[in-house]
Amino acid sequence: MADIRIENLRKQFGSFVAVQDSTFRIHDGEFLALLGPSGCGKTTTLRMIAGLELPTSGKIHLDGEDVTFNRASARDIAFVFQLFALYPHMNVRKNIGFPLLSQGMPKTEIRQRVEETARLLQIDHILDRSVSGLAGGDRQRVALGRAIVRRPKCFLMDEPLGTLDAEFREVMVHELRELHNRIHATTVYVTHDQHEAMAMADKIAVMNHGVIEQFGTPQEIYSKPATMYVADFIGSPPMNFMRFTSGLQTGARSISLQGVDVSIPEVHQDLAEAELALGVRPEHIRFSDASPLRGLVYGSEYLGTNQVVAIETSSGVIKARVPANRNFRIGETVGLEFNPAKLALFDCQSGRAIASALYSEAPHG
Amino acid sequence: MADVALKGLNKRFGDTQALADLDLSIRDGEFVVLLGPTGAGKTTTLRLIAGLERPDGGRIEIGGRNVAGEAPADRDVAFVFQQYSLYPHMTVYDNLAFPLRAPVRKLGAEEIDRRVREIARMVRIDHKLENRSTRLSGGEMQRVAIGRALVRRPAIYLMDEPLSSLDAKLRAELRLELKRIQKELGSTLLYVTHDQVEAMTMADRIGIVAGGRLLQVGTPREIYGNPASLHVAARLGQPHINLLPADLLPGANPPPGTKTIGARTEHLDIIVDANANAKVDWIEHLGDQNHLHIQVHDHKLVTLADPYLAIRPGDRISLTLRDPLYFDASGQRLG
Repeated sequence: MADIRIENLRKQFGSFVAVQDSTFRIHDGEFLALLGPSGCGKTTTLRMIAGLELPTSGKIHLDGEDVTFNRASARDIAFVFQLFALYPHMNVRKNIGFPLLSQGMPKTEIRQRVEETARLLQIDHILDRSVSGLAGGDRQRVALGRAIVRRPKCFLMDEPLGTLDAEFREVMVHELRELHNRIHATTVYVTHDQHEAMAMADKIAVMNHGVIEQFGTPQEIYSKPATMYVADFIGSPPMNFMRFTSGLQTGARSISLQGVDVSIPEVHQDLAEAELALGVRPEHIRFSDASPLRGLVYGSEYLGTNQVVAIETSSGVIKARVPANRNFRIGETVGLEFNPAKLALFDCQSGRAIASALYSEAPHG
Repeated sequence: MADVALKGLNKRFGDTQALADLDLSIRDGEFVVLLGPTGAGKTTTLRLIAGLERPDGGRIEIGGRNVAGEAPADRDVAFVFQQYSLYPHMTVYDNLAFPLRAPVRKLGAEEIDRRVREIARMVRIDHKLENRSTRLSGGEMQRVAIGRALVRRPAIYLMDEPLSSLDAKLRAELRLELKRIQKELGSTLLYVTHDQVEAMTMADRIGIVAGGRLLQVGTPREIYGNPASLHVAARLGQPHINLLPADLLPGANPPPGTKTIGARTEHLDIIVDANANAKVDWIEHLGDQNHLHIQVHDHKLVTLADPYLAIRPGDRISLTLRDPLYFDASGQRLG
């Protein structure tokens, strides 16, 4: 098992900076998700940890040892790719056992290890089947098996579920996390899917243009987004932004939105007049006929456990997540109330969050 | 716009029964979604209505007339496919205007211009009317493809997973727009998908299909709250409905013959209790809600919890069922 430290890691391809001075640490047994859109530098970061790419500058420590310039094969890690490549002419058993065979491990020990791995992945009943006839999920399990069987110090995974359909991805998300709970191997997982990252990771690094915008637990990143980019990338629907122009003083407890006073967490910085955005998560909006803040229902989406209602306001269309037991009519007028303790404020120019009590309160859960 | 009725439709491809005795009526102005996995017969249904396939048996009526003998072009339907196919050498404007310029439609240039601009505004592509269609992003191309179908006023729109090639954010945006446009135009629309969220959020009524058969038809609320069978119950809901043996948890009052109890994730009451028989395995923090993964004896359950509930992996809790669903050994709903 492994502890990974990344220091000022940087990668340039010609004049293009793919990864910009990243520093973070993955503790032994932790599951880290590198999350961001394509081209944000997440795969490049992963490939540098794997040793498939050499950094322009910076250091990578694996269990205290500087491995920055070690070859991939000398790092004792396992890489699971997006497109799982299996050996089509071999059965499941041979596919899983192959890495051990090429290490020269005795046959009886290979057999034992392969069976143990297959039980862990619940594919022990198909060990002697050919891989060519397997369904997508089982193929993915075999690919995982081949990575696990070596018992490497850590796993690096590059969108391993990217090609599966939505329903099946959900199943595999749970399986992967359960597997992690059983073997506790340090894992770095690259994805562009915020739901996968939130559902599986202990820590998430949200990347954008080669920069880590925020590094933290899923709860921190969701409830205390450091930037508008993070607030928008995480959550489905994402955080609503209601723009307004104002200055701010330390100690302020409210802002004026469309002429209505809205309570906010206490502001901890001074700011000259600027374009600001009030950040409101959909589940922190409630409908209240008494509220002077009004909007028109633009559409509603029933989801069974709850519903998402889109509301047209003078600050744009915002989305609220509310209980499923009420029917809304398009064009209906509704009053809006926000949960004051959960609101964020952003400077639209820099995109950065404004310091407030939201960011200084102790984390929940 | 018109009512569309499918009566006793059958279609075989070799040994495969693609559709078996399918009955479905779509009312004028209704948005109906067929939901099912690949191979369920959804796309075959659309192709039969469009006239791209011939049924082995049964009737297809559009606006009360049997269209069995009519060629696809005479049936007055518009089809939107999964993969957008635009004319690459034309501008967005010309792509949208193309279906209206057919000589049989006898529309004046002014009328065409008015309709193209109206639809372009609805699908939010009006700022790119003069762009070549190849100079658009994937999302924009699909909006043009949907717009090109909407610009005509056929009896029914047939859509085959038109949003599936788009990224999640755009898909969510277009879901809302498509539903609004359909209501605004009063269009009749049959839409097929394997994505339960699309079905739940857009449909006036959902038809659940599996193995060429229509298992249940109803509003999203009816299908979610009152499923006719285990299969239907499992098609809707994220996370999945929990399926448990009848005697596993308190709070149930199973009628005779109950084999399985279905408990939606929001229908499990949780009390933290050190002596309880359920244990929290791990907690998925999804931001707006937490999913608790729970072990009761040999069974694994998932339940929703408020993200501010103070609970940790390893905690013991007691679970009680609220409004459970009962199913017999064949998977049919009881009580």
